[in-house]
Amino acid sequence: MNFVDMLLFGIYPYIASVIFFVGSALRYDREQFTWKAQSSQILDKNFFRIASVFFHVGIIMIFLGHFGGLVIPYEVWDFFGVTLAQKQLIALGVGGFFGVMCFIGLTMLVYRRLFNPRVRASSSVMDTLILLLIYWQLILGLITIPVSTGHMDGYVMKDLMSWSRHLLTFRPAEAVSFLADMHWIYKAHVFWGVTLFVLFPFSRLVHIWSVPVKYFGRSHQIVRRRY
Amino acid sequence: MKVRAQIGMVLNLDKCIGCHTCSITCKNVWTSREGVEYAWFNNVETKPGVGFPKEWENQDKWKGGWERTGKGKLQLKIGGKLRILANIFANPDLPQIDDYYEPFDFDYQHLHNVGDTKHQPVARPRSLISGQRMEKIEWGPNWEEILGTEFEKRKRDTNFNEVVQKDIYGQFEKTFMMYLPRLCEHCLNPACVAACPSGAIYKREEDGIVLIDQDKCRGWRMCVSGCPYKKIYYNWKTGKSEKCTFCYPRIEAGQPTTCSETCVGRIRYLGVLLYDADKIEAAANTPNEKDLYQAQLELFLDPFDPEVIAAAKKEGIADNWLKAAQRSPVYMMAMEWKVALPLHPEYRTLPMVWYVPPLSPIQTAVEAGHVGMNGEIPDLKSLRIPLRYLANMLTAGDEAPVVRALERMIAMRAYKRSQNVDGVEDFEVLKQVGLTPNQVEEMYRYMALANFEDRFVIPTSARAYAQNAYDLKGECGFSFGNGCGGGESDLSLFGGDKKGVRKVIPVVMKD
Repeated sequence: MNFVDMLLFGIYPYIASVIFFVGSALRYDREQFTWKAQSSQILDKNFFRIASVFFHVGIIMIFLGHFGGLVIPYEVWDFFGVTLAQKQLIALGVGGFFGVMCFIGLTMLVYRRLFNPRVRASSSVMDTLILLLIYWQLILGLITIPVSTGHMDGYVMKDLMSWSRHLLTFRPAEAVSFLADMHWIYKAHVFWGVTLFVLFPFSRLVHIWSVPVKYFGRSHQIVRRRY
Repeated sequence: MKVRAQIGMVLNLDKCIGCHTCSITCKNVWTSREGVEYAWFNNVETKPGVGFPKEWENQDKWKGGWERTGKGKLQLKIGGKLRILANIFANPDLPQIDDYYEPFDFDYQHLHNVGDTKHQPVARPRSLISGQRMEKIEWGPNWEEILGTEFEKRKRDTNFNEVVQKDIYGQFEKTFMMYLPRLCEHCLNPACVAACPSGAIYKREEDGIVLIDQDKCRGWRMCVSGCPYKKIYYNWKTGKSEKCTFCYPRIEAGQPTTCSETCVGRIRYLGVLLYDADKIEAAANTPNEKDLYQAQLELFLDPFDPEVIAAAKKEGIADNWLKAAQRSPVYMMAMEWKVALPLHPEYRTLPMVWYVPPLSPIQTAVEAGHVGMNGEIPDLKSLRIPLRYLANMLTAGDEAPVVRALERMIAMRAYKRSQNVDGVEDFEVLKQVGLTPNQVEEMYRYMALANFEDRFVIPTSARAYAQNAYDLKGECGFSFGNGCGGGESDLSLFGGDKKGVRKVIPVVMKD
């Protein structure tokens, strides 16, 4: 186990999660006015609908896929009779499909953000940065698909799951050992993925916390008293 | 019966001269900031026209307001909650900024710096969004002013629906116009509140003002589509929606809104209306659109009725509010004289800014003696503005209430004219429209003389009693975001650009 691996995959994720959670909580408490989705739809609607829906649906499904893969213990999949190889096949298929969908939407959104004069002018540095970073991360993720087809037995996936399981149970040294000999593309994807969590509280991504599920439960009208 | 009070507004369109003072003072107070240059909490439209934003009244296009479903349930026209949330990534019913207009400014500095030139220097327009040169300004907040633009475009005005032979109103001899100042209606059944996924918009219990909680708004922009009057504006700079606040800081202090106070024609009235909150849903869900006006009238409670007063006191409505309700000019015009009518009741939002329809010249036929007279009152079909047009705007197409309002105003004129010119009391004309001499004198005092203290009967809020002045010591009053807290500092990890700072783009000279 070398020092760089330990730093990037054993220590950095913990730092990232502290920034992610504490940063989000602080911003929610201190800066409600800045907590928003910052939509630019009103400035230019051309192709916006297909771009935004493809991107959002794609990335939400990818997120759920990663959650299912990295956080749900593989014993659960075992229990349902899903073998490692099958699991990898499902992951590649579903991930690939939504990955491409997300890629199409995101490509359109990146183009819009960079080259539409109205959107360009109203973007903050962080708006552009976070979009490009997600784009970069998505491309890295898509590249892992052909690499993964070289080993369809699912053991590389199991190593990645073991990495996250050991991290989640606070055993970083063992966690890192699972990643040590992995193809660089996986390592890069993990590193930039963790980095997204670092930038999360400082970007518009905070709107993810505010999925308005409560809307279903409330009555149509809201009346408030000032005093 | 659950009594609630609201400050309502009436605009007497018969006296509106279209000077835009209301719009300008409102703009200067509320929306002279980056991100809302295009937003006019108050604007004045010349009708007929498509208005601002374009075709805002066409709900087949924008899907604003409510509709009754086949099963008789009240539902937002943009859809049920599931459809609203399913469209959260991209709202298909959102206007683009060009539907309002691309905000612009001019390169005035160029006039100062240009030096010696052969030609007269000009200040050319520049987009306030992208900062780029605009070669041509295509549309503005009041592009149709005094019948600007071709009739071919203006006739898309949906108030022309079912107006026979609308094309003849494109002819010079037949053309007509009127002004329509518009602001947030502060509805009893607001569609924007119902559409907001975050629950950021709310109606204030004590005065009925509908506000957006800027801290809770997440910018899902469903309210923009939900509002049929298109009076919620998305601030593209802050990423939050904004709307007319009914100048609540002024109302709380017992002062009229900025637009009302500065109205040159003295057309605006503010007063308390008591209404029964328990009946709102049933009223908004009235099956026939044409009955919505009457259904809303039935929501309003008589401020002299002892039962109402007792129920209001039980709800904690203060005495000064009840007293104001008894002197309310809005109640008199809407309920007693029935000269004020709601704007587009068919949207089912139960709007609370009402309008007195405008009289218009009787066409040349009168002079030739061809106009039918209905007793003392000329046949209203010969008014220049088609009745049907006004009815489509104010009563969901039912002409009878519009006729009643216009006839009463004509009768008031006829009565006062015979009183002052001929020296006789013409009771016949009053009987014809169902008014008593006392009522007509009151109407005259309120609508013709329109003194300040009659137009604005606004009780101060309970704020002075409810707030402890000591706790307010050192507070910063009305401000953005976190007020004097961290959100305004230059060094914020979370904020973007500083808010409200307009970028000045230097002109590049090319020879």
